[in-house]
Amino acid sequence: MNLKILGTGCSNCAKMEKATREAVAKLGIVADIEKVEDMARIMSYGVMSTPALVVNEEVKITGRVPNVAKIIEILQTELNK
Amino acid sequence: MLQSFADFMAYRVFGLTPLSPLGGAVDFFIYDTIKIFIMLALIIFLVSLIRSFFPAERTKKLLSHKREFLGNILAALLGIVTPFCSCSAVPVFIGFVESGVPLGVTFSFLISSPMVNEVALIMLWGLFGWKIAAIYIGTGLIVAIVGGIIIGKLKLEYLVEEYVYNIKMTETELAALTWKERINYAGGYVLDILKKVWLYVVIGIAIGGFIHGYAPADFLVKYAGPNNFFAVPLAVLIGVPLYSNAAGIIPIVHVLMEKGMAMGTVLAFMMAVTALSLPEMIILRKVLKPKLIGIFIGIMSVAIIFVGYLFNAIMG
Repeated sequence: MNLKILGTGCSNCAKMEKATREAVAKLGIVADIEKVEDMARIMSYGVMSTPALVVNEEVKITGRVPNVAKIIEILQTELNK
Repeated sequence: MLQSFADFMAYRVFGLTPLSPLGGAVDFFIYDTIKIFIMLALIIFLVSLIRSFFPAERTKKLLSHKREFLGNILAALLGIVTPFCSCSAVPVFIGFVESGVPLGVTFSFLISSPMVNEVALIMLWGLFGWKIAAIYIGTGLIVAIVGGIIIGKLKLEYLVEEYVYNIKMTETELAALTWKERINYAGGYVLDILKKVWLYVVIGIAIGGFIHGYAPADFLVKYAGPNNFFAVPLAVLIGVPLYSNAAGIIPIVHVLMEKGMAMGTVLAFMMAVTALSLPEMIILRKVLKPKLIGIFIGIMSVAIIFVGYLFNAIMG
């Protein structure tokens, strides 16, 4: 699974990364987690409010930090696809 | 009810004498602190719920290819409900420009969004009453609309960094949030804001309470009253570096007004604190050339000083 955290380095972006890593660890899945800080790349996803979570190139969350349970839910839905 | 609780704490529990400077200061501090925190929690929660319906992505769509003037008015209004922090000023700016929002309309949004912010409004409402809060919103919106129209008319598109025009965005359709998610978001946002401002609020109210209790009532009339010509520009100058401390500044300004600071000067000072922020200018430097930042600061300063003189003339 390919996960990207979009953010320019604000404190919420760090929280988002932490929560995502926690969710991945809890699910025990193998995921490629990348933090994208380049503005042009962030914008190429159509995202204007950071932090954002991108799962397999699809934007799932923007502008807020979800709790770990919510991320697990998103990842699980993606796994069942 | 709050007042009797504050009286009880100050005069019974702490055993202070009513009408003594210390008693007055402590009573004032307890009353204002509790009131402001209750208002902050409730109103920020409601505002965040409303905001969850207006993500920046939707605002952008509403504003794209809007004509000037009407676009400026809409942008200033949307600035109130669209969640915005200075850390996302750059993506918001690029997103607007990329999707065809005129530069002047974008600026109306960028001016109104931080200026008419919920923390400042709640503090103004709670301490000064709804009339002054309403005057602040009204004049803030007018400054945002007029400022944006002027920047639009000046045709300054060439002062935006070139790379901004090369960025291409894709449209993303985000799944609509459920009510549970909206409530979670709003609750989380309340905690975030309270964590960020509580200390400033407490310190601001404490200093305010001290001045309230100890400074003579006409203490500031001479320096900041309606007859001192330099009070307004000076207030603006002092306000610029105080950004993000609106929460702590307002309680102090409240007592300064009580001690004779003129209404227009108060408004100008508040606007300088919220709308002319140094950190935001530094962030915007990533997308704007220095000359445009200079023009922006210049227009805002003139507009804010004008508001100050106008209200001093009307109400002084």
